[in-house]
Amino acid sequence: MAIIELQDIRKTYFLGEIDVPVLKGITMSIQAGEYVALMGASGSGKSTLMNILGCLDRPTSGDYVFDGEEVGRASGDRRALIRNRKIGFVFQSFNLLPRTSALENVIMPLGYTATGLSHAECRRRGLAALEQVGLSERAHHHPSQLSGGQQQRVAIARALINRPPVLFADEPTGNLDTKTSLEVMQMFSELNAQGITVILVTHSAEIAEYAKRTIFLKDGLIVDDRLNKGGAA
Amino acid sequence: MSFFATLMMSLKSLRRNPTRTMLTALGIVIGIASVITMMEIGRGSSQAIQATIAKMGANTAMVMPGGMRFGGVSRGAGAAVSLVPADAEAIGEQCPSVAIYSPVVRGSGVQVIFGNTNWVPAYMYGVAPAYLSIRNWQIGSGRAFTDREVDANARVCLVGTTIVKELFNGVDPVGLELRIGSVTFTIVGVLKSKGANMMGMDEDDVVLTPWTTMRMRVTGLTTGSATNTSSTISSNPGELFAVSGLSLYPEQEASLTRDKLFYNKFTRLNQIVFAAVSTDKVNQAIAEVTQLLRRRHRLTIEQDDDFRIHNSSDFMSMMTSTSVLMTNLLLGVALISLVVGGVGIMNIMLVSVTERTREIGLRMAVGARSRDILKQFMVEAVVLCLVGGIVGIMVGHGASLLVNHYLNWPIASSPEAVVAAVVVSASVGIVFGFYPAWKASKLDPIEALRYE
Repeated sequence: MAIIELQDIRKTYFLGEIDVPVLKGITMSIQAGEYVALMGASGSGKSTLMNILGCLDRPTSGDYVFDGEEVGRASGDRRALIRNRKIGFVFQSFNLLPRTSALENVIMPLGYTATGLSHAECRRRGLAALEQVGLSERAHHHPSQLSGGQQQRVAIARALINRPPVLFADEPTGNLDTKTSLEVMQMFSELNAQGITVILVTHSAEIAEYAKRTIFLKDGLIVDDRLNKGGAA
Repeated sequence: MSFFATLMMSLKSLRRNPTRTMLTALGIVIGIASVITMMEIGRGSSQAIQATIAKMGANTAMVMPGGMRFGGVSRGAGAAVSLVPADAEAIGEQCPSVAIYSPVVRGSGVQVIFGNTNWVPAYMYGVAPAYLSIRNWQIGSGRAFTDREVDANARVCLVGTTIVKELFNGVDPVGLELRIGSVTFTIVGVLKSKGANMMGMDEDDVVLTPWTTMRMRVTGLTTGSATNTSSTISSNPGELFAVSGLSLYPEQEASLTRDKLFYNKFTRLNQIVFAAVSTDKVNQAIAEVTQLLRRRHRLTIEQDDDFRIHNSSDFMSMMTSTSVLMTNLLLGVALISLVVGGVGIMNIMLVSVTERTREIGLRMAVGARSRDILKQFMVEAVVLCLVGGIVGIMVGHGASLLVNHYLNWPIASSPEAVVAAVVVSASVGIVFGFYPAWKASKLDPIEALRYE
């Protein structure tokens, strides 16, 4: 079943007089449980595509069906709800709240989930998510007391807190050294093995190797879409 | 997102930068503190003024005989002899706004003698017991005289502390005998000291007797007062007291038929003082008394009043308005400092929004709606202002206590000011927190996440 379906997605930025087309008609679909790497040079439109896929941005035209729902033209609140419940984000620069414990960072998205979870229940789930990324003993450390790899794992735990079916990662290893990159990528592979759809943006071929499928973008168009032989290394 | 969760989140955010939070709140603390201090001092002074006025008798008024034209010559107030005891009784019975009243007979210039010492009191009045409460006299020792003693022409009197000092060398004179003019009185009580009045006259230099006694036994016999045009008549016992079987007068007042002293119709009073049921009923009481006296004195429409009514309301309103003006002025200054504090809040919140752009982007990325962001920043600003307001209330109250302690300015705590301070500080938070919060909520999450 396709969790993501794009039909002729276009995105144009209107900068005064000039129109800058960034995406020029993307049509693709991603099945639930896939592990996809979006690759391309700077300016190829991969970040824009990622923002549209992650419901942070709207396409100028085209249809985007996420989990059976047209979201390209959905209201801001509806898209916020989808981001909260069905999508997890991992960023290059971690984006943890400073002077806030790892646990508080992890449970932060629950504050926007209208499920009426008690604070104790939130903490329990936060600790479980930290356990999943192997950081339960660091729950009360502040980001400044954690290494880059640990910070990124806290960010992953935060992305997983609402058990979303899809995880987006934008250059997740961009700020990490080789060794910790490896750890983080292995974690994505494990999560994918648990059935979570993982979509990551990278310009590193090495990192893309971890994915099962790689989509190449160039000048706002898909130029290659192939399955990796050595996926899920 | 529940309000409580937003509140907790805002508190966490504020805790992340305690120094800045404190400095920002300081603006509000100072603003609210000055408002509270001004309100308490202002209220204190206006209460003090009102208390002073109440001591002078804010709800009281005085009826005096009016001026009289005699042979083309206008004589001063009190020249006419128009007030009779029946007028006083009628005022008490027929004016609903009048609570208590007392006739007053002046005994000016009469000498009082004790042993080998004599003295002329500044004030010598024949009154009814109600006079004490109308003029706010308190009994220091002994007792007041009673209505029975008034009816009985009793030779009892009350003296002020100056009399005690001058005639009795400060020894409590209750029970001793005092000669007033040529009549011996028993001192039944001493009045508590009041000090000098607004004109600098010693109010304690006073002797009070039942007005009946004063009129019948002291002034009526000594005469000499301009008011005593009728003294020759009233000193005639045949007209002072009812003569049985002889209907001297066509009209019998209700008071005349009572089983008590029969006041001669021509027995004149120098004043009638009365107290209205409350301070705001004074003018109504005056109107009622005016109407009643005009009717009783059978004045035609074109005739002027043959009496005058005075009260202290003009003076009172002047004093009160001065104090209210000062309080409002200071309050205005304090409110300006509150606005300055509010601008400080807005400034810091704007800085905070800019500084936390990435946090805002992140919150949006994980599912915060723009109204959640708006709410968060609004709550932060309001919490900041409310905390500042509460601290300000305490600081302001402390400051006014210090002013009270070191400068002896009267203060009065003002619950309204506290409520107003809380409301105002919350409103300052809402008004000055809205723009930064609105700005934060309108951020584009992609831009915000990329913000360095």
